[in-house]
Amino acid sequence: MTCLQADRFHNFTIYIMTEEIIIAGFGGQGVLSMGKILAYSGVMQNKEVSWMPSYGPEMRGGTANVTVIVSDERISSPILNAFDTAIILNQQSMDKFEKAVKPGGLLIYDPNGITRHPSRKDINIYSIDASDEAGKLGLSKVFNMIVLGGFLKLKPLVAPEFIHKGLEKSLPARHHKLIPDNEKAIEIGKGLLKPLNVLN
Amino acid sequence: MGELRLMKGNEAVAEAAIRAGCDGYFGYPITPQSEIMEYLMAMKPYETTGMVVLQAESETASVNMLYGGAGTGKMVMTSSSSPGISLMQEGISYMAGAELPALLVNVTRGGPGLGTIQPSQADYFQAVKGGGHGDYKMIVLAPASVQEMADFAKLGFELAFKYRTPVMILSDGAIGQMMEKVELFDPIARRTDAELIAQCPWAATGKPKNRDHIIITSLDLDPAGQERVNLKLQAKYRQIEKDEVRYEMISCEDAEYVFVAFGLSARICQKSIDIARAKGIKVGLFRPITLYPFPVKQIAELAKKVKGMLVVEMNAGQMIEDVRLAAGCSLKIEHYGRFGGIIPAPDEVVRAMENQIIGG
Amino acid sequence: MEEQFAKLDIRKNENIVYKRTDLLVDRPLSYCPGCGHGTVHRMLMETLEEMGLQDKTIGVSPVGCSVLAYDFMNIDMLGAAHGRAPALATAIKRMWPDRFVFTYQGDGDLAAIGTAETIHACNRGEHFTMIFINNGIYGMTGGQMAPTTLPNMRTSTSPYGRDTNIMGFPLKMTELVAQLPGTYYVTRQAVHTPSAVRKTKKAIRKAFENQKNKTGISFIEVVSNCNSGWKMTPVQSNKWMEENMFPFYPLGDIKIDGVLVTPKAETVKV
Repeated sequence: MTCLQADRFHNFTIYIMTEEIIIAGFGGQGVLSMGKILAYSGVMQNKEVSWMPSYGPEMRGGTANVTVIVSDERISSPILNAFDTAIILNQQSMDKFEKAVKPGGLLIYDPNGITRHPSRKDINIYSIDASDEAGKLGLSKVFNMIVLGGFLKLKPLVAPEFIHKGLEKSLPARHHKLIPDNEKAIEIGKGLLKPLNVLN
Repeated sequence: MGELRLMKGNEAVAEAAIRAGCDGYFGYPITPQSEIMEYLMAMKPYETTGMVVLQAESETASVNMLYGGAGTGKMVMTSSSSPGISLMQEGISYMAGAELPALLVNVTRGGPGLGTIQPSQADYFQAVKGGGHGDYKMIVLAPASVQEMADFAKLGFELAFKYRTPVMILSDGAIGQMMEKVELFDPIARRTDAELIAQCPWAATGKPKNRDHIIITSLDLDPAGQERVNLKLQAKYRQIEKDEVRYEMISCEDAEYVFVAFGLSARICQKSIDIARAKGIKVGLFRPITLYPFPVKQIAELAKKVKGMLVVEMNAGQMIEDVRLAAGCSLKIEHYGRFGGIIPAPDEVVRAMENQIIGG
Repeated sequence: MEEQFAKLDIRKNENIVYKRTDLLVDRPLSYCPGCGHGTVHRMLMETLEEMGLQDKTIGVSPVGCSVLAYDFMNIDMLGAAHGRAPALATAIKRMWPDRFVFTYQGDGDLAAIGTAETIHACNRGEHFTMIFINNGIYGMTGGQMAPTTLPNMRTSTSPYGRDTNIMGFPLKMTELVAQLPGTYYVTRQAVHTPSAVRKTKKAIRKAFENQKNKTGISFIEVVSNCNSGWKMTPVQSNKWMEENMFPFYPLGDIKIDGVLVTPKAETVKV
């Protein structure tokens, strides 16, 4: 459910009333923490949020995914089978979630390790070479923030100041020294998107 | 406005317990609720509020520690998940019999047996019908959000002490594991021993010269005496049924059909309402918040107004029995359920409504 | 008439040399004549009276013959589920650290169904007193075999004698808990003679003194009789206890002030 709406309290425009996102990849890629930082930033901007991980043996088996919903309204189901946006970081997740993007929705993926690229014509598709870039810049720890940057470029759900607050709240105090790296990674990600299929 | 945080349901109930002035937590690890004790141990409330946090040797020991603490008037809680709650049933029955206040959090998972660690609602009967031996009930609160996990910890303690009865928060693995925005209430100071003794004259706190000794027990070997105990309990349950029913109705004003669902299922049904209404089907949701006391009158009223009800549960059909009893009429009331840790999808629930109620 | 006055005269305060402590409720005990429970109850309550602890003590009674201990002990008490008294006492002592807390259990309660709670309360070094009455049998339910029943001893569920090949061996719970670092004082006593009673009372006193210093568990086993369950007269059962129970369950201190000691040789009759 999307619509154009001006935020009454802050001096910028938001485009989304309710954004339903699936983030999926391998355990260790920072899938859950990317979702948590996005969700916590939403809380800081006083939006309604939910963060629903897949948990249990599936996590230990290698794949991890999390459903994040950011909304201006009370959130109904935290568990969904159709999404506005899918952020996909491995092939298994591509196989599972490409078809779960709503028509007109968005798919962002890192092509590293992807053997079958997305083929749908009814959704917007962008690739982001986040793992390559993270490797080059020695920022592999914040690879997930590069991806998040790409997403925020296309869907600025939360303002940068709240992303900063979200990082502060999500990361334990001993990791606060890494916040500048995280923010740098988000900025880098905003410039890395490659449009592959863009709807009018 | 209270403090805003992004928290897991398990963390929220733990934080809320500290803030509610809880005196003691006793638990045993089990997935998917272990974050409750982990959070408490990490927060070290024994250094701030003085709350005791103890990892017991089993769920059996946990629930009996609860019984011991409750018998001395302390505000105590435990948490577990389905198999562990089964082990606790003896202690819950003893606490109901001895009229002791305590809070139990059940973050349920699929069964029977060791089952799965994924969410389920298959422990409805166990919770609302009195899972242990004897004629007893406990108040059962069913949170549908992380916010309610926090709010119901405080409410649960209030009701437990108001009625001197065990109270259960019947949550599930999804509510326990998911994170949502929570507005936390301001901390309430733990009662001092003097305040406790004044508020709980029934509690075993050490016998002063000026009162009789206090005996906390559920035993009365004389059948006439035991019948009196039961009559007193039943009178209390009638009072609870009169005063403590809680529920929520969403989009029911013009609804022709309604979902009846609690906890996570109710959240899914809210999405189903959007989907169904986009198709032109006038659907609403009735969500019991207290599963015991069950909103009998409210469901009976609603049953007069609608054309059919679909009871959506993550079990093989449990609450539907109470819905049908409450409706007490020939209205079409059917059940849709997924089990063993499978969560139904919103569109799947809409199809069930179309097939089983509207078209069926 | 003169004789009656003389009797009344004896009841004057200045003439009283012994009376029931006010910490025992003025009502008949429910125990069989000759049973050791009543004596242990009295020693326990006298000790609490002498230490001035009535208003600071919370007791936990078990399931078994002493299930109604709370009716006789004039202190605040909780009745536990079978075997769970140490779990209750753990919570009580942790949340009321300045109260004196004790459990009172039989051998079926403490050493069979409650083994886990007993071991773990001892192992955590909880600061309360455990009183363990061992008569080698389930008394209340009608004389069934207990974990402490001696080899070849007849009970209603071992009617031809306890066959250790089939039914396993008697459990020496007291020796077992003495090995745990959380126990501070572990002793085995009896109440079948005046001198044994005095020793038991001394042990109880020591156990409650230990609570003042938060030293960990004080564990007192009292080897007792069950003349009904053993199907003997009280006198016969005391003799049988001396001849059969004491050799297997020798009396004396096992651990003092956290240090293991060897039981006195003279109490071991073979």
